[in-house]
Amino acid sequence: MAEFSLPKNSVVGKGKTVKAEGATNTRNFQVYRWNPDDGENPRMDTFEVDMDNCGPMVLDALIKIKNEMDSTVTFRRSCREGVCGSCAMNINGKNGLACTTAIEDAKGDVSITPLPHQEVVKDLVPDLSNFYAQYASIKPWMETQSPQPEKERLQSREDREKLDGLYECILCACCSTSCPSYWWNGDKYLGPAALLQAYRWLIDSRDENTGERLDNLEDPFRLYRCHTIMNCANACPKGLNPAKAIAEIKKMMVERKG
Amino acid sequence: MAQAKRPLSPHLQVYRWGWHMAASIINRATGAALAFGSILFTWWLVALATGHDYFNTVQGFAGSIIGRLVLFGITFALMQHLAGGIRHLLMDMGKMYDLKVNTSSARLTFVFSIVMTIVIWVAAYKVMGVL
Repeated sequence: MAEFSLPKNSVVGKGKTVKAEGATNTRNFQVYRWNPDDGENPRMDTFEVDMDNCGPMVLDALIKIKNEMDSTVTFRRSCREGVCGSCAMNINGKNGLACTTAIEDAKGDVSITPLPHQEVVKDLVPDLSNFYAQYASIKPWMETQSPQPEKERLQSREDREKLDGLYECILCACCSTSCPSYWWNGDKYLGPAALLQAYRWLIDSRDENTGERLDNLEDPFRLYRCHTIMNCANACPKGLNPAKAIAEIKKMMVERKG
Repeated sequence: MAQAKRPLSPHLQVYRWGWHMAASIINRATGAALAFGSILFTWWLVALATGHDYFNTVQGFAGSIIGRLVLFGITFALMQHLAGGIRHLLMDMGKMYDLKVNTSSARLTFVFSIVMTIVIWVAAYKVMGVL
């Protein structure tokens, strides 16, 4: 049975407020904090950020907070341009990349929490081990039976186009952790990201293990926990549509039965 | 140093609602409500088979303020579940995944169910000669 409320140790309390001294144009950033070493519950700290002296994106504000206000604020980031997927977090109630989310587009105080319904390692860093294990379970590589050709395995332009809208996925986990079905059954349901990747290999004309791949997904939980809630497609920072890919897998399941 | 058990990050508590999310959960809720409604409907049928007096008792309850409120709720649940069911049927066929279309369709299920519920009740009262 799904647990709708947070466990006792996860209830979020009120934290400290750090003011921006002497700044006139400020925005408040509420940041989820949890320190594994002090044994206390998570809390929301408020940072008043000087907007006259800050970059345009939420990640710019986080870096400014870490540099100038509180160096213990912990978050993942790398490319700062929406390519790596490291800075995925929940910003004002919606999952997205901090580096491609403009502060300007957020209304009022900017509230930042880790990706939803994940174990927190520290502050905004969730433990994504299960997410990565599920990705590995769909065998995200090409599998073939036919003898290796002398040169590369060729693909027509049309077949290559089928991978558009799928190969762009950066595995940031915004979609999977936005999905209520994944919240309640994340241990058994593969979630939108892994399933989008599964579909990416199912329709690849060069892959020859389609049947086995489908067998692996034919399961009440792994695939069929998708109830087309559509949070995944609404959250994807790359504009992809995992729900649509999952629907296509379900169609393949029906079609192969004839 | 011993580390504390990791907390679970906030989910329902923080996630912003959208029409797509509301349409999905209400489809499930109305489905559950209709399961309860079908028990009441069975009760009404049993009363019909039992005899004149008992049927009148059940009819009396159905016609009371509470009975009418329940029936009104069931009408809404049926219409909402119908619209939601058709929407999910189309999605299972691989249609309506465009975000704009999808959100509009979610909103449309609510428009449909509210309008239809009112139409059905106005029609019912007209037939009864009350309106």
